[in-house]
Amino acid sequence: MKKYISKLTFWRVVAGLILLAGACSAAVRFFEGLGAATNLSDEFPWGLWIGFDILCGVGLAAGGFTLAAIVYIFNVKRFEPIIRPTILTAFLGYVLVIVALMFDLGRPNQIWHAIIMWNPHSVMFEVAWCVMLYTTVLSLEFLPVVLERFRLTKVMALLKKVSIPLIILGVLLSTLHQSSLGSLYLIVPEKLYGLWYTPYLPVFFFVSAVAAGCAVIIFESFLSSRAFNRGLEMSLLSEIGRVAVVMLSVYLTMKVVDLADRNAFSLLFVPRMETYLYWLEIVVGILAPLALLTRARVRASRNGLFASAVMIILGFILNRMNIALSGLEACAGKSYFPTWMEISVTLSIVTVGFILFALAAKYLPLFSHERTPEQHVPARAWIEDLKTVSQL
Amino acid sequence: MMKKKAMLIDITLCIGCNSCQVACKQVNNLPEGDEQKLSATAYTALEEHNGVFVRRMCQHCESPTCVSVCPVGALQKTPEGPVIYDETKCIGCRYCMQACPFQVPRYQWGSTYPRIEKCVFCYDRIIKGLPTACSEACPTGATKFGDRDDLIVEAFNRIHAGPTKYVNKVYGQSEVGGTSILYISSVPFEELGFKTELQATPLPTLTWNALSKLPGVVSVGGVLLAGIWWITNRRIEVQRYEEELKRMEERSKSSDLHLN
Repeated sequence: MKKYISKLTFWRVVAGLILLAGACSAAVRFFEGLGAATNLSDEFPWGLWIGFDILCGVGLAAGGFTLAAIVYIFNVKRFEPIIRPTILTAFLGYVLVIVALMFDLGRPNQIWHAIIMWNPHSVMFEVAWCVMLYTTVLSLEFLPVVLERFRLTKVMALLKKVSIPLIILGVLLSTLHQSSLGSLYLIVPEKLYGLWYTPYLPVFFFVSAVAAGCAVIIFESFLSSRAFNRGLEMSLLSEIGRVAVVMLSVYLTMKVVDLADRNAFSLLFVPRMETYLYWLEIVVGILAPLALLTRARVRASRNGLFASAVMIILGFILNRMNIALSGLEACAGKSYFPTWMEISVTLSIVTVGFILFALAAKYLPLFSHERTPEQHVPARAWIEDLKTVSQL
Repeated sequence: MMKKKAMLIDITLCIGCNSCQVACKQVNNLPEGDEQKLSATAYTALEEHNGVFVRRMCQHCESPTCVSVCPVGALQKTPEGPVIYDETKCIGCRYCMQACPFQVPRYQWGSTYPRIEKCVFCYDRIIKGLPTACSEACPTGATKFGDRDDLIVEAFNRIHAGPTKYVNKVYGQSEVGGTSILYISSVPFEELGFKTELQATPLPTLTWNALSKLPGVVSVGGVLLAGIWWITNRRIEVQRYEEELKRMEERSKSSDLHLN
């Protein structure tokens, strides 16, 4: 008993409380219905779970295919040391997106219908297939780590043979999925506020996701270096920072060109909530990180790089929330703010993500320096720890 | 085959008696609930704008946005005109609600196994050759059921017979590609809560523009990625080969030295 109490750190208490609240909310959601658990309404059918858990969850997993393309397609092998944690982040991201979907769908038990009941005219149909296929691909991309842990060399060799087609498939599916989340909103031209609605939504979603994916790679490396007391691949991360600069510049240019195309510059100066939120998104998510990351000195400094990554991620989240929530409020004629239950489910899902990552980092050869068999946790300790976790 | 059906709603004739809603609730077995506006228990509802009554309901678009966005095809446009809903297919993603330009579909938020609720144009009655329940119940003829082509002609006849009485527009003739519910009015439509900014292009073309590029993106993208891999991989192989060659040369040189 004492042993467990001594392990109660501040963050574990926080995580425990979040999960407890999340469990209560889940009970309300599944036993009382969406109406009891959420602030969703006929005017506002999509809320936090779509805006954050799905749109941001998928977008922030974009580091996975970006880095996979860099390492395996472009054969820039020096990035290999950070590929495993990045693929794991993406995989966990997608699994948790599916969990969030189970909360948000009105009839989650019929989620499989998309497999047999086809409507190729629906963007949601494309989204459903991308989620299914890319989650499968990600699990296969991550499988070698598990196989290595249990020394299943035969299966590993088999997987290695199909690895390149698999990576290509993954990159294609991600491209489709990221952009299709933007395409979802092509159908609401008169509902979504003019600063965000554009025929280029799918392209914007893709480009911004790649930039955010780079930021997540940096962010996740910093967190794991702190949490697991390991070194930081600074030179690699500053290079990723440079990729982010390129993507953000492309994104910014396209946004300006698009506003010009649609004669929408005047919208930038209309004194209303949407304008402020748009500017916040642009300044925090694009202009400020660009100003920082274009300097070599900032890219080489730990704090500079980390701060820039956090800003890109915040700007990205703000963009998705603006499109999914704020940008639709004026037309809905109703404002929406999530209930504590919606928020606690979202926080619980994020928390589970962190816990799973930490467990994987502990038991699987995730980081490059661990990839010598001697340093693995012995199999028995692994089972003991699993028992401890299940007792908690 | 049956001609495409429609309803003409002449707003000038509506007296706000609500018989349409009463008949609708009866035919569809809808329980009591919110009847002031469209709701999960009211497929049609009367809105009052400065003493003018406007019936709101599903417009049964010619190219329905809801049908195009439903991932599992739970919503279908029938040849007779109605847009119908199959709850056994529905997964509850609510994309139809998000996408509908008229904000019509409602949801059973209080249910743990919710369904979409909206007017289905009395599909069961129509295929039997009967008119819709609401048009049958309307005492003034404000809601008239018939063939769509005929009703458009009739709408314009009424407008031309009373050009000072009516606004020269049949709402629903061309909005989002045309709808099965047509309105004529003496008050400009924008003053009655109608969305007048809707274009004549059906909304599904907007997403189809993106979706139809999919095969191109996949095939070109796939070939491009494979090509890039082929080139970069080849470069690495050549590099390795050259290094090996250099090593062999050096080895043979050193052995030559030994021999000498």
